[in-house]
Amino acid sequence: MKTLILIPALNEEKNIERVIGDVWEVMPKAEILVVNDGSSDQTALVAENTKKATVITLPHNLGIGGAVQTGFKYAEINDYEIVVRLDGDGQHAAAGIGRVMGPVLSGEADIVIGSRFLEKNQPSSLLARRVGQKIIGFFTSVIISQKITDATSGFRCYNKKALDILNKYYPSDFPEPEEIIFLKKNKFRIKEVGVLMRAREGGSSSLTALKSVYYAIKVALAIFISILRTPIIK
Amino acid sequence: MPIFQALSIIGSLIIILVLVELVKSRRLKESYSLLWFAIAFVFLLLSLWRDFLEWLAGLMGIGYAPAALFLVLIIGLYLISLHFSVVISRLSEKNKNVSQEIGLLNLEIKKIKKWLQSKLNI
Repeated sequence: MKTLILIPALNEEKNIERVIGDVWEVMPKAEILVVNDGSSDQTALVAENTKKATVITLPHNLGIGGAVQTGFKYAEINDYEIVVRLDGDGQHAAAGIGRVMGPVLSGEADIVIGSRFLEKNQPSSLLARRVGQKIIGFFTSVIISQKITDATSGFRCYNKKALDILNKYYPSDFPEPEEIIFLKKNKFRIKEVGVLMRAREGGSSSLTALKSVYYAIKVALAIFISILRTPIIK
Repeated sequence: MPIFQALSIIGSLIIILVLVELVKSRRLKESYSLLWFAIAFVFLLLSLWRDFLEWLAGLMGIGYAPAALFLVLIIGLYLISLHFSVVISRLSEKNKNVSQEIGLLNLEIKKIKKWLQSKLNI
């Protein structure tokens, strides 16, 4: 099936070449699309110079959701049937692509989430971050009545059906938990598989201390509101 | 007539005149002026019709009638601000869509340029 590998990237000039290279080794036939979300560094140039990726540069920073949705729209225009999304910072090891694609290819799920909590031997990360991820995972699971261990993971695979709706409706920042609730409400089948994460090498996380607080409040509000929303697909 | 009342009558009349002028010169769109007009007229009405203001204040348990006028004004401003937030949200959604289109179209242009160049060089 026609597959697009979608990599949203913001100021990842130090990582993007390696990320593209890794993905290309695993998926030499798939098109790799880098959506450069208005980076202030050379992310776009570095990505283009690899000659292995198509690059879309947004005129200004839209936030991760806006960048990811751009990729979904590109997939729609170019008739892709499957999109695998992974982060531009290299924390999602390309070796996991096959695993997240599995349930979509077999028709078991419409969207697959690569979870760091379903796979042992993960690199160490901040305790506060892991706790935050667990809490968001817990609430997301309760709301959709399905166990989701890693609701904030951006390593995901979507089939055509999921793409068709996410093209039109997509949250702008911190979209991951909201996306799960939105899709579940609209009766999409969600599945999680374990994937190995990597410790960051270059660049810095988009979450600073102050942003983490904003993130927590925004996610809490978004989750609460999404409980109240009525499904789009009846 | 107390000075306060005179001032609020003159004030609301000036606001209405300014609003008319802004809409007339197309610096303010009709659709965005409606709420402002509504609030200005309510304010004018309450300023002119003192008995009604007194009655309204009494109803809300406010001893000092002009305070009720302030309350009405604050509620009005709150509504307008809320309306603006809704408008801004809508605009930012549209802005996002336009930006995404620009990104996608730029890529298409780049592809077409490349294709044209390869054709012309041959």
